Amino acid sequence: MEKYNLNHLRILEAESIYIIREVAAQFERPVLLFSGGKDSIVMFYLARKAFWPAKVPFPLMHIDTGHNFLETLEFRDQLMKKTGATCLVRLVQDSIDQGKVVEETGVNASRNILQTVTLLDAIEELKFDAALGGGRRDEEKARAKERFFSHRDEFGQWDPKNQRPELWNLFNGKKNMGEHFRVFPLSNWTEMDVWQYIYMEDVEIPDLYYTHKRKVFYRDGVWLADAPFMVKKDTEEVVEKDVRCRTIGDITCTGMTLSKANSLEDIIDEVAATRVTERGGRYDDKRSEAAMEDRKKEGYF
Amino acid sequence: MTETKDFQRGYLNMELLRFTTAGSVDDGKSTLIGRLLYDSKAIFEDQMEAIERASEQKGDEHVNLALLTDGLRAEREQGITIDVAYRYFATPKRKFIIADTPGHVQYTRNMVTGASTANVAIILVDARNGVLEQTIRHGYIASLLRIPHAIVCVNKMDLVGYSEKVFLDIQKKFKELSMKLDIQDFRFIPISALKGDNVVERSENMDWYDGPTLMYLLENIYISSDLNYVDGRFPVQYVVRPQAEKFHDYRGYAGRIASGTFEPGDRVAVLPSGFTSTIKSVDTMKKSLEQAFAPQSVVLTLEDDIDISRGDMIVKENKMPEISQDIEMMVCWLSETPMVMNGKYSLKHTTSDAKCIIKDLPFKININTLEKNYEDKSLSLNEIGRIRIRTTKPLYYDPYRRNRVTGSIILIDEATNNTVGAGMIV
Repeated sequence: MEKYNLNHLRILEAESIYIIREVAAQFERPVLLFSGGKDSIVMFYLARKAFWPAKVPFPLMHIDTGHNFLETLEFRDQLMKKTGATCLVRLVQDSIDQGKVVEETGVNASRNILQTVTLLDAIEELKFDAALGGGRRDEEKARAKERFFSHRDEFGQWDPKNQRPELWNLFNGKKNMGEHFRVFPLSNWTEMDVWQYIYMEDVEIPDLYYTHKRKVFYRDGVWLADAPFMVKKDTEEVVEKDVRCRTIGDITCTGMTLSKANSLEDIIDEVAATRVTERGGRYDDKRSEAAMEDRKKEGYF
Repeated sequence: MTETKDFQRGYLNMELLRFTTAGSVDDGKSTLIGRLLYDSKAIFEDQMEAIERASEQKGDEHVNLALLTDGLRAEREQGITIDVAYRYFATPKRKFIIADTPGHVQYTRNMVTGASTANVAIILVDARNGVLEQTIRHGYIASLLRIPHAIVCVNKMDLVGYSEKVFLDIQKKFKELSMKLDIQDFRFIPISALKGDNVVERSENMDWYDGPTLMYLLENIYISSDLNYVDGRFPVQYVVRPQAEKFHDYRGYAGRIASGTFEPGDRVAVLPSGFTSTIKSVDTMKKSLEQAFAPQSVVLTLEDDIDISRGDMIVKENKMPEISQDIEMMVCWLSETPMVMNGKYSLKHTTSDAKCIIKDLPFKININTLEKNYEDKSLSLNEIGRIRIRTTKPLYYDPYRRNRVTGSIILIDEATNNTVGAGMIV
């Protein structure tokens, strides 16, 4: 039987492709939520694999906070050009201008939470019935209990205490009008798996993940990138450092890692040696112990 | 170049093992999982700090490792685990997925869920209490769900003076009771999850035990033969038809191989039509394969133009599945609304959707005593029984004990869309 061995990455890949195809088969209008981070890049790569030689039969959508790294947006546009895929963009700024959300102010101001409104509006406007996301169960404890097929009621809300049991590889995507599903094909992947897979398959990622010089400042144990919209305290001094992103979100909540890693091998070694979780550098999770759960219940990614 | 190869050896040649943990409330399950995660460095500093902080706030004496897995606000507030939690760790040999199922509320439903994808079940027994009713229940569910390997961890050995006799007595009792169960591979390990004996490190307190540690077993237990490589089964998930000049006549069938192997030149039959053909190619984006096997996701093309759609199954001609509209299965009821006799339900089986009527409930099982009850015709939450259903269209299936993919079914309540039953075809 030795010849029938698949390594862990191939098994995870097969599982994720299966789930992505289930979404295309079970839903009428799926969409793949794309952020330009490595998880959504791997998601899109797997979706291309799932339907090759046909095109991915659903669009991508980016909820743009307006506070993204320029490199992320350039990478996104390049990738769409290269693959011929379509990426819809919805702007948090529009939700602000329409008065649906109010911009936070002060030093820790972020548009991270505001994204939820823009996302749910877009899902309703475009009548999406399934939104594929790159969330992983190892990321955060509230995610550890999320299903692959995660039901959302007509308000886009998640009810974590009342989830459908998920058995074998049988995924129940049945729903009523106006409800939708969030689907997480990478649920069983860890941060390390994602990096190893990127390495194994030679998946292209933004340069932000490799070491580069950047103007940064230090706040509560996290190095944050400087940008015109970043409100700094008087005591916070901007310095230039060799840094890279371990995760890519919007600038206001993405912690930079001091690092000289300039290859995937280096990054994997760094991930293997690190003793802090990926989201340890995410400002958005530090707000409270149940920060992620609360955001997810409201309809966050 | 050598450097790259070393690198690959270190990181990319890992196997994947999924296991589930079963134990009663105070058997030390969370401590055991915490220990495995902690000793394999899967707990990070910020996670550890967070649970230390939370334990302190709650006034716990020890760092409460259960807080690692109890992620929901309600769980932490009430100090209970509500739902199956998935946890991950890796050693250089294997990546592990733990389905951690809570010990009390909704117990059976959760354990069945966690067990449905597991290669290994870890069953915890408190050395002070010995084999209890619930131990039988855990063994029965592992056997019903056809988990190929079960490891019985006799925990809290430190509290019985690391006594060999206690361990052997429990082993003997368990073996007697498990005669009725259908698990091929049972192992027993005396451990102390709290003190770390025989979990990752060999115990110095039990020199009478010369078997492997739990971690050694998890890393080395032979799982490659767990899948069925004999019966070629390919449930069609999606039809791939590129609207592009380059692939003008391409028509491929996307799916995940449920069992067996497929390669170009293989004679196949397509169900339900019964048409036969030959496999032309086994495609993936990077390359076409000489052979594909379970559980790979691939695209098959055939030599002949046959009408095939989602829900159909491509099978090897030499070994056909069973085909019927009258199915008998063991079912675990998952819903607070009891099963309705002669009621109609939707069902999912491989990639196929159908409806069915519950025709009969020949018996149900008392999962604490394993006795059969032929009188009671009701089935409620967390109960397991044998049912007969009539489906709206024929299903192509294998008995669950032969094939976990083509032998499993979920029942769905048509009014609420909830998944209410987990069925294993007899």
